[in-house]
Amino acid sequence: MTKLKGTVAGLALGLGLVTSAQAELSGTLKIFSDMSNPAPRAVMEQMAEDFDAMHPNLSVELTVIDREAYKTQIRNFLTANAPDVANWYAANRMRPYVSAGLFEDVSDLWAEPAIADALASTKGAMTLDGKQWGVPYTYYQWGVYYREDIYNELGLEEPTDWESFKSNCQKILDSGRKCFTIGSKFLWTAGGWFDYLNMRTNGYDFHMALTNGEVAWTDDRVKQTFANWRELIDMGAFIDNHQSYSWQEALPFMVKGEAAAYLMGNFAVAPLREAGLSNDQLDFYQFPTINPDVERAEDAPTDTFHIPAGAQNKEAAREFLRFVVSADNQTKINGGNALGQLPVNSGSSVDDDEMLNQGFEMLSSNSPGGIAQFFDRDAPAEMASIAMEGFQEFMVFPDNLDDILSRLEKARERVY
Amino acid sequence: MAKTNLAPEIGPTARSRGSSDSWLRRNRQTLAPWLFLAPGVIFFLFYVIFPILQSFNLSFYRWDGLGDPQFIGMDNYRELMDDRAFEVSMWNNLKWLLLYLLAIPAGLFIALFLNQTVTGIRLYKSLFFFPFVISQVVVGLVFSWFYDPTFGLLNQVLGWVGLGPLNVLGDPTLVTYGIIAAGLWPQTAYCMILYLTGLNAVDPEQVEAARLDGAKGAKMLWYVIIPQLRPATFVAFVVTIIGALRSFDLISIMTNGGPFGSSRVLSFYMFEKALSEYGFRMGYGAAIAVVLFLIMLCFIAYFLWSMYQDDKGAR
Repeated sequence: MTKLKGTVAGLALGLGLVTSAQAELSGTLKIFSDMSNPAPRAVMEQMAEDFDAMHPNLSVELTVIDREAYKTQIRNFLTANAPDVANWYAANRMRPYVSAGLFEDVSDLWAEPAIADALASTKGAMTLDGKQWGVPYTYYQWGVYYREDIYNELGLEEPTDWESFKSNCQKILDSGRKCFTIGSKFLWTAGGWFDYLNMRTNGYDFHMALTNGEVAWTDDRVKQTFANWRELIDMGAFIDNHQSYSWQEALPFMVKGEAAAYLMGNFAVAPLREAGLSNDQLDFYQFPTINPDVERAEDAPTDTFHIPAGAQNKEAAREFLRFVVSADNQTKINGGNALGQLPVNSGSSVDDDEMLNQGFEMLSSNSPGGIAQFFDRDAPAEMASIAMEGFQEFMVFPDNLDDILSRLEKARERVY
Repeated sequence: MAKTNLAPEIGPTARSRGSSDSWLRRNRQTLAPWLFLAPGVIFFLFYVIFPILQSFNLSFYRWDGLGDPQFIGMDNYRELMDDRAFEVSMWNNLKWLLLYLLAIPAGLFIALFLNQTVTGIRLYKSLFFFPFVISQVVVGLVFSWFYDPTFGLLNQVLGWVGLGPLNVLGDPTLVTYGIIAAGLWPQTAYCMILYLTGLNAVDPEQVEAARLDGAKGAKMLWYVIIPQLRPATFVAFVVTIIGALRSFDLISIMTNGGPFGSSRVLSFYMFEKALSEYGFRMGYGAAIAVVLFLIMLCFIAYFLWSMYQDDKGAR
């Protein structure tokens, strides 16, 4: 414990030099956080403690709220009893609060060179109506996690184009396994497949236009995406009865070797390892090119901090946001023993983990098309829920496609 | 009688305080029940009647729960008219209403079966009553495991007789029936306990008389026992109808409304539209709630009317 205090004090001294130019912060800083799982919770508590130690006249009050409950409570506390800093998500998921004037415009922070340069890659995701409304603290890549040992056994290579993707899959099917596991009970996993197939078929800009409601769902280009998807469905690439499983319940199929791969976010790696898959058995590849004319783009959901418009101590809140995105802090909180995700600050270093390194490499140099958030964050909530329900139906009854698309089109005309 | 005797003793002091007291005194027989009712009535008005009126009002607005509500008249109801998800929910509610009533005969049957004197009957009764005591969430989980298409017991059993495999909760045509079956398990136990208490109150003399007249078996049950169980049947009917209309937790646990919305009912759809992660269409949710309320109102009115008739008959 004394050792911990020592490091905190050392950190405080080191950073004190940087912050001493600012007016000394005082009062209390109230933080509401949804980082309620054990590892993120420890990270959040440590951050609050460090920040508290850096500012002797400021006391930090941290409230951690269960992640699911937070999604409904944020609506209440932003209007009634606003904290000074709150967690949320990037892109369209913050639009309701931005339009209702509940988030503080933090464009001034983004104008500071330290932030503007280091966080340039995520500026788009934080921008609505030409202003920035918060700062990101972590993100993670999506991609295909696969059983390296099965691929080796069947003599398969990581696919880079659609043809090898499908021929790999055929060989896996011939060996009596399924190519992909997926649990679509809670719908969003199917949204991941749609994101990738659409971004590979029609490109990032088209995907953004579609999620922004500028393109009809009955458009031929959308139909082409579904036609590609259907090729996989007709092959029998996905596990049976996926509509009855959550994403966690779909993991055993891959662990037991009944399915060879999983299109997922990096958070799936930890449970797969805990279930007994070693580093020799587990590997990662970028979703392959389908249409060579479009540049590859990736899903990388970003989690963020915001200042509510009703905050009492906005000066301290801004300082906390600066602290959160600083290179050192980013390295620390995204390390393998903390969040185990990717830091957003370009000056930070990535934890030495096979998947994280590959993911970082992919996102920083191999996704020229752009970085999307995720279907349910890029599209407005209502459209997302109706569309993802349609995706699930399509995966079970691909023949219903026309009906599904006309339903989505009807929803699009109303939602936007 | 005792009251009138007491009155003169406190009378003089009360009268000396003025005319308003005497008005209170004159009307205390009428006032007393209202005074006792007042806390209940106030809470009922504030927490039940007022929110109902508020929901009616809200259903005419478009509101995301944050900004200013915008009056849109009947638009929410017009949208409900050709909302397929709403139609599916209505049909599912109807299925729930009809099939849930199976709990009543099933409960009666089990109650008759358990209404004997055999060693250990108390234990059997408790075992049959057990499903009603455990939480709906647990019931939902247990049945989800039972139905699990890959590892579930149902498919094991079906496999022995050469049937299946069946993905009950993943099949849009089966899913609602699967959930209702899960709901019937605790509901049957509830009806059973109602009938067991009812059977305790059956008049043995009437049974004896009927036996002398040569009644037995089905005839005895139909003409002698069941008429005497009428109060129990009424209560079982009320709780089952209400239980069917407010079915929510099992759906939320077992399928989350899926696959692709085919197991939704009105209450779940209302929650999804108004309060869930992707929802926050307060006005539209309120409109669904109003429709559900009107359906319930038909039943509630019938229940109240029939209780009133009973009361009149008894007087």
